[in-house]
Parts: sequence; structure tokens; C-alpha cells
Amino acid sequence: MELICPAGTPSAFHEAVNAGADAVYCGFRDETNARNFPGLNFSRDELAQSIAYARSKEVMTFVAINTFMRAGKEALWYGAVDDAVRLGADALILADFGLMAYTAERHPQARLHVSVQASASNADAVNFLVEAFGAKRVVLPRILTIPDIAKLAKKISCEIEVFVFGGLCVMAEGRCSLSSYVTGKSPNMNGVCSPASHVHYRQDGKDLVSELGDFTINRFPAGEAAGYPTLCKGRFDVGDSSGYAFEDPASLDVMAHIDALREAGVSALKIEGRQRGKAYVAEVVSTLRKTLAAGPLERPALMSRLHLLSEGQRTTSGAYEKRWR
Amino acid sequence: MPDSSKPEPSSSAPTLSLGPVPYLWDGPKWRDFYFRIADEAPVSHVTLGEIVCSKRLHFTEPFAADVIERLEAAGKRVHLASLAMVTLERESRHVRAMAADSLWPVEAGDLSALHVLNGRPHTIGPLVNVYNAATARLLSSRGAFSICLPPELPMASVAEIIKGAPDTDFEIFAFGRMPLAISARCAHARSKGLTKDNCQFICANDPDGLPVHTLARQPFLALNGVQTVSFTCQALIGELDELSAIGVRRIRLSPQDCDMVAVAQAHQDVLSGQIDGEEGLARLRTIYPGVPLSNGFFHDEAGAAFVARTRNAASGLAS
Repeated sequence: MELICPAGTPSAFHEAVNAGADAVYCGFRDETNARNFPGLNFSRDELAQSIAYARSKEVMTFVAINTFMRAGKEALWYGAVDDAVRLGADALILADFGLMAYTAERHPQARLHVSVQASASNADAVNFLVEAFGAKRVVLPRILTIPDIAKLAKKISCEIEVFVFGGLCVMAEGRCSLSSYVTGKSPNMNGVCSPASHVHYRQDGKDLVSELGDFTINRFPAGEAAGYPTLCKGRFDVGDSSGYAFEDPASLDVMAHIDALREAGVSALKIEGRQRGKAYVAEVVSTLRKTLAAGPLERPALMSRLHLLSEGQRTTSGAYEKRWR
Repeated sequence: MPDSSKPEPSSSAPTLSLGPVPYLWDGPKWRDFYFRIADEAPVSHVTLGEIVCSKRLHFTEPFAADVIERLEAAGKRVHLASLAMVTLERESRHVRAMAADSLWPVEAGDLSALHVLNGRPHTIGPLVNVYNAATARLLSSRGAFSICLPPELPMASVAEIIKGAPDTDFEIFAFGRMPLAISARCAHARSKGLTKDNCQFICANDPDGLPVHTLARQPFLALNGVQTVSFTCQALIGELDELSAIGVRRIRLSPQDCDMVAVAQAHQDVLSGQIDGEEGLARLRTIYPGVPLSNGFFHDEAGAAFVARTRNAASGLAS
């Protein structure tokens, strides 16, 4: 199985290549990609240099152009596809059908990967994308169990990539406008979720209160580490219960299940984290590379060193295990 | 039975359409709701069927034939909505059977429906991501004759899409709590200490959604099984003239647990010029009290916001 690694900056890209990535994925510095955060992402020149470096180490580069084209501004997305192809990207990671149609028509030789943001969660959905646009790989949304994935793999004619480590969307990806409901900015349209520009922290007595836009997302008593107010991971009141209504602050780690994923027919394992620094990328990529090479009994000890890096220092298998539902 | 498998010819003013009931209502309540819609509501189109959770299908299926017959007898065009999230083989079979057997156009709720409906007349629901005219044209070329655009879209995008896909009818989500997210996990069941697989259908206890408040006691969201909807109610009744001017063909009203006949009548009265948008808003606040109205998405602001006609922005939730 390939190890697909994130890079938000050229230096993180170098670290990922050096640490053992089979492919590095990244995006342009604009709203065409779903990690459109200040200070992140690549200019055309930076991408060209990064691709050249990756090539020299026999590592592939995937370019994520995985937001949905803003009506009337499609040229920005078409230009991103044209440039990624021209600069030698090994695959384009796309979510928008209109952009997939453009790519299939203008660049039929380009390798098209279906972004997790497209939300292709079953065989008919994947076959639509394979038949309509020639998709070669699908990144599955984090809503399927491993047995679901195994059944799906038997019915489709393209490769499967799954997220195994890093941030966890609780909601089906590409189908969530919670962020724009609160801030006006969304993953689908702007490539951002719960953007920092709308985050405020406020001291209230001994508690630290985190807010996103006009809404309180969490409240931390003195001594509790204050997490980032990603809105689906806040504390809320529902009926008589109060707490993490959607998901605890935890991140995804399914490295304990890599044998099952391989047997299910998964071709590639993806690490989330283009917004993370180069030290994080180096540590996670090298650890996952060692874990992939190790026997099942050695893996837990290798992975345990990453737990300190996880959100809330807790991990979950998410929807890959049925009991999460 | 009227032939509803073909798109009707266009005329100028938009008409009203009723979207599927998003919540779990018991079968008789669901049936009686549609009987009254058939008899009294000034809507031209009714899209019905379970979209949120396949576990709910059996509640309303026994009543669907009677409901459709009554709606068609009243001259309504009927469409059947497919599931928004399909992960199980059982769910895939359900969507395939709908596509193969339905006598009425199917509204695609996910990508699997797009696959199995290819080449036959169908419609596109608001949970399929159509953000630009290129996508609309692609879906149109595969047989989609009508598209309900995602609630998240601002007016400039809506206008641009309509201009760029002139062969397709467009519908706008104009009333109702907005669908914001869907998950493999059931937060509704989780709030009662249950899981999706052992949910005891507790979402039936909340026919208008289960409110989610912030720790500061602000109303925020509402749970509807695996779906999360807005606490605010989308209200574009004040923007109907703009929607009409940019070429929107249908105004979608999404059922809430309130007098939807009166909601439809209010929209029809604004469309026909009997009352203005302000009076329409006032009527909605009376018909559906206690839930703030919002139109922020349409004005390229936070979806929870309400932007007044005077352009004095105010948060829907703060009012």
C-alpha cells in the first residue's frame, strides 16, 4: 500500500519525501484547495521545484484542486488544473463534477483521483465517476466500516485510498456547511472550516471560552487544555445532556487495522495534515513508514509515540469501526 | 395519471414546490400532512420520500401510494426523492429499484442516484453539490431537467448558474431549516445514550428537530437523526422578486412541523403581488413562531444571519 503524505509548505514537502512518502499531496495558494489557510500552500514555482525534488527521489506528487468552482470564477480552477498538469503532477485530486469534466476532456492523459470531498460512498457513486470522467482512484469518505470497504472494492474498477491518520471530519466530507452557517466561509466554497479569522477566546471567571463567529463552541475550566474551536468538536447542550454532541476532540488513527485494510483491497493510505508544520509531517510520515514495514506485534509501540501529537491527545478509529456510529 | 415524466414548458413566474419531509413523522401524520397539501396548498410540485435515514423507510412506505394518488388527483406533479447518504448494499438496492421502477421522476440525493438515473429524465436534490454551470450542464446532459441548488449558494452564484445552463429548471430552497451536514454517526441517538444501530427511532420524538444550544444557551442547530439542520429557518420570502428576476423556476418549501399550507399561501400571495415581502415575513413569524428566520447564505454572509431589505444586517439568532 502506498503512503500518501500531506504538505502545506515546500519544507514540509521535503520532509515528507525524505521521511518515506510514496506520494506527497499539496495545493495551490488560493481557494482551489480545501486547506486554504493563511501562510500555507504552493506558488507555481514552488510546486515545480517540489515536483522536481520528489521526482529525483522517485516520489509522486498529487495536486489537490478539491473545492467546488465558484460560479463565474471557473477560470481560477481550470487554470489550476492546466498548471498542475503542465508542471508534471502525477495525479489531480478533484471534487467538482464540472472540473472533472473539463479535466477529462482537456487533459485525458492526466490521472484523476476523486477527492474525499466528492463523497463517493458506494459502488454506483464510484462507477459514475469512473465512467463519466475516467477516475483512476477514489479517496473514500470517512463514513464506511472496513467490511463496507471490502465489499465496495469488489464492485469497482478503480483504486481505493483511505485516510488512516490525522484530523477527523465527523460529518460526511464535502456535504457540510456548518462552517458557513456560522462564518460565511465553507470547505466547499472557500477551502476553510471554522476559520481562524472568526475565532475568539474570552476569559470568563476561571473559564476560557472559545467562540466561532457569534457562537460559543467550548468552555474550558482552569487547567484543561483549550482546543481549537472546530465547530463539530465543541461542547453543546442537547436536551438534558451537555457535552461533545458530535465528537470528542480526538483524531483518527486506524494503523491498528492496516492488515484488514490491505485485505479489503485498499491501495493507498492517506495522512491528513497539510496545515501541520514540517516537524509534525516528518515525525508522522517516518513513524507510519516504519509501522507499515513492521510486524503486527511491533506496531503499537511504534505508533504510541505519535499519540502526543494527536488532537486532545486522543485517537479514534472513527467510522471504520461500526460501534462509532 | 398525468404524464409527469417530462419537463413542462417554461412560463415566467416561478411556482411553489414542496420538498420531502426531512423528519421522522409517523405514517398517519405523514399521510394526513400530504392529504391536506393535496387539498389546500398552492404548490405545483411535491417531492416526497425518505432522504435522511434508510432505517426510517418503513414508516411511510405503506402510505405512499395513497398520498401520491391524492396529490396527482389534485393536479400536483410528484417526484420521488432518493436517500442522501448511501453506504450499505441494502441502501444501494433501494436507490437502484427506485430508478428502475419509479413511475415518477426521481430526485437524486447522492452520486449513486446520478449513476443509475443516467439517460432518463430526473431531477437533482439540494444535497448534490452543484456550485457552477459546468456541473449543472453535465448533469443536464445526463437527463436532469430540474436542479434544486444547495442552500449555501449566494445569489450571485445562483444567477450565474441559471445563465450558464439555460436548458435546465432551477429551484431554490426558500423555506425551512437548512440541511447543513450528514454523518455516519447519529448525534440524535448519541444525545440519548444510544447508537445508530440501536437507536429505538428516538428521532421520532422530535418532529421538528431536536435543538442544540451552545453552552451560553444560544439556540444553534437542530438534530434530525444523522442529519444536522440549522436552528434558524431559511426565509427567502422577502427575495422572491429577485429570485424571479434571475430566472428561478421554482421556490422550494421544506416541511417543518407547522402549518405548511399557510406557509405556501404566504409565498403564493407574495408571488402574486397581494402582499409584499415584509408582510410575508411577518406572516411566517406568526405561522412558525419561536424559530428565527435567516437568509444569510443568499446574501453571501453567515447562513444564520438575517439580512433585512434595508440592508441593515442583523443576526437571525440575536433578534
